[in-house]
Amino acid sequence: MSSSELLQFVVSGLQNGAVYALVALGFTLVYASTGIINFAQGEFFMLGGVLAVAGVRFGLPLPLAVVASVLVSAGIGVALERFALRPRRDSGGLVLIIITIGASMVLKSLARHIFGPNEMALPAFTPGPPVIIGGAAIDPQVLWIWGLTFVVVVALTLVYAKTKLGRAMRACSLSHDAARLMGVDTAGVVMLSFGLAAALGALGGAVVAPLTQTAFDVGARAGIKGFAAAILGGLGSPVAAVVGGLLLGVLESLSVGFLSSTYKDVISLVVLLAVLFLRPQGLFGRAGKEKV
Amino acid sequence: MPEVLLRVEGLDAGYGRVPVIRGASLEVMRGEIVTIIGANGAGKSTLLKTIAGLVRPTAGNVTLEDRDVTGLAPERLVRRGLALVPEARMLFGPMSVAENLALGAHTRRSTAEVADSLKRVNSLFPVLAERSSQPASTLSGGEQQMLAIARALMSNPRVLLLDEPSLGLAPKVIADIFGVLDDLRSEGLGILLVEQDANLALKHAQRGHVMRSGHMVLSGAASELADNDDVRLIYLGAWHGKE
Ligand SMILES: Nc1ncnc2c1ncn2[C@@H]1O[C@H](COP(=O)(O)OP(=O)(O)O)[C@@H](O)[C@H]1O
Ligand SMILES: [Mg+2]
Repeated sequence: MSSSELLQFVVSGLQNGAVYALVALGFTLVYASTGIINFAQGEFFMLGGVLAVAGVRFGLPLPLAVVASVLVSAGIGVALERFALRPRRDSGGLVLIIITIGASMVLKSLARHIFGPNEMALPAFTPGPPVIIGGAAIDPQVLWIWGLTFVVVVALTLVYAKTKLGRAMRACSLSHDAARLMGVDTAGVVMLSFGLAAALGALGGAVVAPLTQTAFDVGARAGIKGFAAAILGGLGSPVAAVVGGLLLGVLESLSVGFLSSTYKDVISLVVLLAVLFLRPQGLFGRAGKEKV
Repeated sequence: MPEVLLRVEGLDAGYGRVPVIRGASLEVMRGEIVTIIGANGAGKSTLLKTIAGLVRPTAGNVTLEDRDVTGLAPERLVRRGLALVPEARMLFGPMSVAENLALGAHTRRSTAEVADSLKRVNSLFPVLAERSSQPASTLSGGEQQMLAIARALMSNPRVLLLDEPSLGLAPKVIADIFGVLDDLRSEGLGILLVEQDANLALKHAQRGHVMRSGHMVLSGAASELADNDDVRLIYLGAWHGKE
């Protein structure tokens, strides 16, 4: 393999990886505030792409269609928490996780019912020829993916570290009871985290749709990749989720380069299992997270 | 005319179906330390958690400054002026001392008032000012207890509930902390203090209650309780290792 081929594989890995990172951020946010894994997360990725296409078909300008799709997805995420999960809050984590699996099936069937079974295409955000950087050809849409992922992770990290809201969110992730004693509206934080998670997943789905097409059934794969990336990062912080996503994307892409494209989807499962067996707290996680 | 800050009447509470406290009644006045003593498992922590809103009562009333607050959530109660320093402290371990204190002031709007409170708790516990940027989990046990109390004070409460603040601490540290509690009391704070160390509690409190298997079995002035034969035998004796 030549060095420019290698570079091309790395670029392609970082492209997918940034999208996994957005989905992984969603898993991380919900896990932090609730301690559960939201298995509907992948379906928000699907909604992001499909709703953006629907918006464009409806006649909205592309940027507006993307923003609307992200906002509507966030609203659905909030509704999932408020109406499906919160009423069963005291039933324990397993019940809640099963509800998220059920919700993912419902979202997928609804999308198929409303938008049909076919692949859908979203126009490029800024059409144009590939940009050549260091011998690798990079589609302008990939720059959008990187740019938006970068902005999102910087914004989230700042909010987490510097704001009163971020402090309250971190307090919730350590102990709901202690946070409530401080006056933190923990139910509000949980709802917000579901909304944000859905928005991030949807953003990933919308921004990658011009490159890959989208359809009602793209959620499951995105969910598994994002979940593997989140576990790899350790479900701890926004930065960890992003590093997990990028790493997974590059590993995947290199496996295609060095082995065969047959293994591409297996890699995330191998990574998932390897992390769970060898280092369950992930690359950046603290062993024995304080969870009360 | 003494002013009642906290009134608890006929409170029942427990976990799931099992009742843990039954018919608990007490009052805390302005500028008063009221203590609840009793053996391990008597229900003291459950009583405090119920008053603070973490456990829902199944019967009875809680009144805070003449307003009914029965069953109110903890995040609302702290806005009404009630703060709990829980058993085992429940600090935000990875977060700095400063951030723990900032969370204590989460409900407050005025940054000037928060700055005043911060000055105040730093003067009560100067060691916290020195440790400001350290993670709470790196503090010694005594410093952690001080932080837990300081964090509760940051909400500017009128009533402070304390669950075994002396547990596991050295006598010198205990003396410091109880000195601060005496000061706070004399400034008008109402304090409800749960302690296993009955000797210590009755020395600092004005009134006390003895709790056994979820019931208040004895109540009175702290000095009377300290002289009561049953209390001396069971609780004060236990402290000297005769269990
Ligand atoms: N979270 C809980 N769930 C179920 N039972 C509990 C819980 N906390 C305490 N208990 C039970 O309630 C009783 C009183 O406990 P507690 O209020 O902690 O007593 P104390 O503080 O006086 O030691 C004990 O029998 C204890 O086992
Ligand atoms: Mg206790």
